[in-house]
Amino acid sequence: MSLRPVTSESLPVRIVLIACAVGFLGLFLLVPLGLVFVEALRRGGSVFLAALTDRHALSAIRLTLFAAAIAVPLNTLFGIAAAWLITKFRFKGRTWLLALIDLPFAVSPVIAGLVWALIFGAQGWLGPWLAEHDIRIIFAVPGIVLATLFVTFPFVARELIPVMEMQGTDEEEAALTLGAGGWQIFRRVTLPNIRWGLLYGVLLCNARAMGEFGAVSVVSGHIRGKTNTLPLHIEVLYNEYQFSAAFAAATLLALLALLTLGLKSLLELRLGSHSSIRH
Amino acid sequence: MKPKTILLLLATPVVFLGLAACDASKDSGPKVHLLNVSYDPTRELYEDYNTLFAQHWKEQTGETVEIEASHGGSGKQARAIMDGLEGDVATLALAYDTDAIAAETGILPENWQSRLPHNSSPYTSTIVLVVRKGNPKGIRDWPDLIQPGIQVVTPNPKTSGGARWNYLAAWAYAKRAGDGSDGSARDFLRALFKNVPVLDTGARGATTTFAQRKIGDVFLSWENEAFLIEKEFPGETEIVVPSISILAEPAVAVLDKNAEKHGTSQVAQAYLEYLYSPQAQDLIGKHYYRPRSEETAAKYADVFPKLNLVTIDEEFGGWKAAQATHFADGGVFDQIYTP
Repeated sequence: MSLRPVTSESLPVRIVLIACAVGFLGLFLLVPLGLVFVEALRRGGSVFLAALTDRHALSAIRLTLFAAAIAVPLNTLFGIAAAWLITKFRFKGRTWLLALIDLPFAVSPVIAGLVWALIFGAQGWLGPWLAEHDIRIIFAVPGIVLATLFVTFPFVARELIPVMEMQGTDEEEAALTLGAGGWQIFRRVTLPNIRWGLLYGVLLCNARAMGEFGAVSVVSGHIRGKTNTLPLHIEVLYNEYQFSAAFAAATLLALLALLTLGLKSLLELRLGSHSSIRH
Repeated sequence: MKPKTILLLLATPVVFLGLAACDASKDSGPKVHLLNVSYDPTRELYEDYNTLFAQHWKEQTGETVEIEASHGGSGKQARAIMDGLEGDVATLALAYDTDAIAAETGILPENWQSRLPHNSSPYTSTIVLVVRKGNPKGIRDWPDLIQPGIQVVTPNPKTSGGARWNYLAAWAYAKRAGDGSDGSARDFLRALFKNVPVLDTGARGATTTFAQRKIGDVFLSWENEAFLIEKEFPGETEIVVPSISILAEPAVAVLDKNAEKHGTSQVAQAYLEYLYSPQAQDLIGKHYYRPRSEETAAKYADVFPKLNLVTIDEEFGGWKAAQATHFADGGVFDQIYTP
């Protein structure tokens, strides 16, 4: 008599379970993603191209890249510093700092936008002073960058903290006893250990920075060709009944998502095969 | 990954930043920039008008003017101007929103509405009912909206100018239909808003709710927006003209202090004045707004149905009074609307 392994189910159960999982994935991930491309190309390639090379579309793309180009490196630096501090040292207020880092995850992006409006708006705290010196923060590019910075703040730190927590401080301590300096330890010991977490954090941070809608919408002022980011540009097109153009612009964000995932897998495969035993 | 690689990864976005900055600084030619802060349904009108005006201005002065536009719910846009959105002109859905800017910030004088002809409104519109093709629910006039099982789509009167016109048009009807008391009008509106499944923040959002997402049986809409739906979604909707409606007068104004700061006072003034020119009035008619000029209006007479229109001044004693009674915090709208 053959014994059924306890870890495997009977064939029908397996089929049902797999069908459920695949069906769910298809319905909630693949179909919507596919629809974006189908809708975008519905009126043909020339409409698609025209939508992407439109003056306002180009400026929206430029602004989106610009905001991400500032937010991502800054939040990367911050994330590394914060994760280093939180995992390698024990100090008073550590849990409090941890909670603070999570704040942008916890509050709605709209609040994040309104906060900036309250501080920098014409009737906000700093409004009169800014007006006097002719500095424009909200309804201009700096406001968009600030909002993006705020919402993407926790991504890198959040990815790094568990990784660094798991590694503990043994290796750093060993390096210390061998006479390494602080920067040397960070560069030769810590950084190589956290590279995957870091990379993943940076990718997620970038994806969110480019895709953020809520917070940016509050501070943007929706001036076409000037303060519309790509997600806002999509909304404008949709509101103007230019559905194909809206979906064409949406394909850029969808492609960004696919690229993010592809890049991550690729890097893991290539670098993982010959240098890492950890990941 | 080597630390160098990480530094490289970090450096890439910085290079991008440089490129973006260079690229952005490139397009600073000898141009005048004008920012028009407007409400939702004027997108198409001003897109065409901006081209028309830019040509006119070029011929007149040789100067190239580039007009930027920002659209959204009228109240929301007024809020943005108060918060520092530095528009040179405001072309909002109703005078009250511009009044609020004047009162709260002093960006423009309180008597702004007397500075241009016809109460500073170069075009008017009204509120009509839009129903699905063939009018399956048999909606003919205002009282049909409060029947049980009818879903009415309108944006939120707190944030949308069009929605306030909707509300007041319904009120004008209700005052005449019942015993003429405020109480019966109030009951009518309470019943009407009970039939409203979603309140969008702006007119355009409500339009997409009704036309694109197919929610609701009847849509209280700007007349121009109703025509636009027929154009964008041919054969799907019908316009029902109610027995009575309101004369909606969207008003335009130069935002003096902003324009002075940008050195655009002259072009901003010209931008609004040119709205009254025959060419612009014709464009206005083409975009389904009712032209102010009688000549142009005659040309479009068969487009716009004649109907009984009340005005905000005669019926409600002006926007300030209407706002205070109906839309202020704790006003009639707050009392009758319980989501």
